[in-house]
Amino acid sequence: MPTNTPTAADALTDVTASDGSLRRFLHGLPGVDTVGLEARAAALGTRSIKTTAKAYAIDLAISMVDLTTLEGADTPGKVRALGAKAVHPDPTDRTTPTTAAVCVYPDMVATAKAAVAGSGVKVASVATAFPAGRAALEVKLADVRDAVAAGADEIDMVIDRGAFLAGKYLKVYDEIIAVREACGTAARLKVIFETGELSTYDNIRRASWLGMLAGADFIKTSTGKVAVNATPANTLLMLEAVRDFRAQTGVQVGVKPAGGIRTTKDAVKFLVLVNETAGEDWLDNHWFRFGASSLLNDLLMQRQKLATGRYSGPDYVTVD
Amino acid sequence: MSDKTDKTDQQQRLSVFKTYKLYVGGKFPRSESGRVYEVTDAKGKWLANAPQSSRKDARDAVVAARKAFGGWSGATAYNRGQILYRVAEMLEGRKGQFVHEVAEAEGLSKSKAADQVEATIDRWVWYAGWTDKIAQVVGGGNPVAGPYFNLSSPEPTGVVAVLAPQESSFLGLVSVLAPVITTGNTAIVIASERSPLPALSLGEVLATSDVPGGVVNVLSGRTAEIAAPLASHQDVNAIDLAGADDVLAKELEIAAADNLKRVLRPQPVDDWSAAPGTDRMTAFLETKTVWHPTGSLGASGSSY
Repeated sequence: MPTNTPTAADALTDVTASDGSLRRFLHGLPGVDTVGLEARAAALGTRSIKTTAKAYAIDLAISMVDLTTLEGADTPGKVRALGAKAVHPDPTDRTTPTTAAVCVYPDMVATAKAAVAGSGVKVASVATAFPAGRAALEVKLADVRDAVAAGADEIDMVIDRGAFLAGKYLKVYDEIIAVREACGTAARLKVIFETGELSTYDNIRRASWLGMLAGADFIKTSTGKVAVNATPANTLLMLEAVRDFRAQTGVQVGVKPAGGIRTTKDAVKFLVLVNETAGEDWLDNHWFRFGASSLLNDLLMQRQKLATGRYSGPDYVTVD
Repeated sequence: MSDKTDKTDQQQRLSVFKTYKLYVGGKFPRSESGRVYEVTDAKGKWLANAPQSSRKDARDAVVAARKAFGGWSGATAYNRGQILYRVAEMLEGRKGQFVHEVAEAEGLSKSKAADQVEATIDRWVWYAGWTDKIAQVVGGGNPVAGPYFNLSSPEPTGVVAVLAPQESSFLGLVSVLAPVITTGNTAIVIASERSPLPALSLGEVLATSDVPGGVVNVLSGRTAEIAAPLASHQDVNAIDLAGADDVLAKELEIAAADNLKRVLRPQPVDDWSAAPGTDRMTAFLETKTVWHPTGSLGASGSSY
């Protein structure tokens, strides 16, 4: 929602007044206890979720999947197939919920939009010179406008990690604001930090606050294109950030871990993190998403196992 | 010091007991459930604790076997033969250990057990020789009425669950396992419930003989408990019921019917050392037939 920016800014007006004040604020955030964070994430990962709770978790996770294809080799046919799968993840069982969205490159938005028309499944588009984000601001904004014009409901932007790591926080902030404006009222904005490139947990915490101050609707871990993607620890850290941000400003921001989540077990661990950290308000696909492609097949196989009592196999789900 | 004292010192050395573990995906995990059960020799004397696998161990084994299938079935028959021969070489080197384990498990004299182990090693060699010959025996060209070459060739069925024979803990095990993997299938084998130790030790041999991880997965525990989820598993293509009694075999066959699994019913075997024939290999083969055009027949009725 575009109204986020003024509200957030009201509470923390001075913070974004200058590069110096923004830096003071971000560097003034409490340091992250690395050992504690990882231990907490690991401990929450040991919760045993069984029977009806598991069935609930699987359906919830399916409804939170941003079914993603971001390959150079994407064809209109592949995007249409993905759209069909998002609408009916398991054609043999129509009680299966739809996924939250399909996530594609900007030039595939129109194709994806047509494929999911009338189903309630949203179309998300990566933009701003994804995945590296190394392009002039004008080019990035044109990329965003193009995706929005093609009908994208959500825009996944990447921040300028180079500027962030060089300490030019205001540049990153201004860029997010500009993209936010380019999205207009039509599209929700997800801001990708590429946590694998930010090196430290402190940086992830700073980036989270920076993104939220600039009016992100979602903060997202990674592009899925680098070695380290979403981990329980960095997602936990971001969940803490959105929780604290809402407590301070009253604005709720969503979280999307992406990349490297492949099994139902992993997905359920993330849902436990959400429930125990941010709370039940986030247990909804308006506020929490999984950026994934192969995860959906595993969720479907587990769903079939719960329904039939037999272990399912990859022959009984679609090949993407 | 007298000789007597020396002897006493030696007797007081504590022997190191072996922790028997499963063999799944090329690794040696304990059972996911953390359970073990007591394994005794033929007279009831405790030998070791063996892992008591759960259905989740079975599920993990299927995942490992499926993952290994592409590479193993895609390997050349010649290469598979070399690897299986290597298994025999490794077994030869550890013969003493297996003679000991088989003798204890089956209550045999040392010489009888040695005969069993030698027969087992010979069986690996025998099957190793079959890898690049089975296609000629069960495949071939078919005469058809048309300008085509019509060729049938055997293809492995896929992931095969094997219930190893309960009585013959080593020769019987290898006699049902080797034919499955010879032709390019991958296997999940449930060791003899009462005497699983030779099977678990075989895992160690396979791990050191170039057999890719996941091609053979060895589970020990209650046969009925592990076999049930395997029989109904949608990603298992066939099941060999050699180690199931009549009641269990019937139950498993019903469960296996759900996804049209190939089922090899248990057949009474008096003597595992008898020549096995090719039946166990052909039980887990599919036939692929291709039609290849030869071109126009020409005026003379032949294109040659």
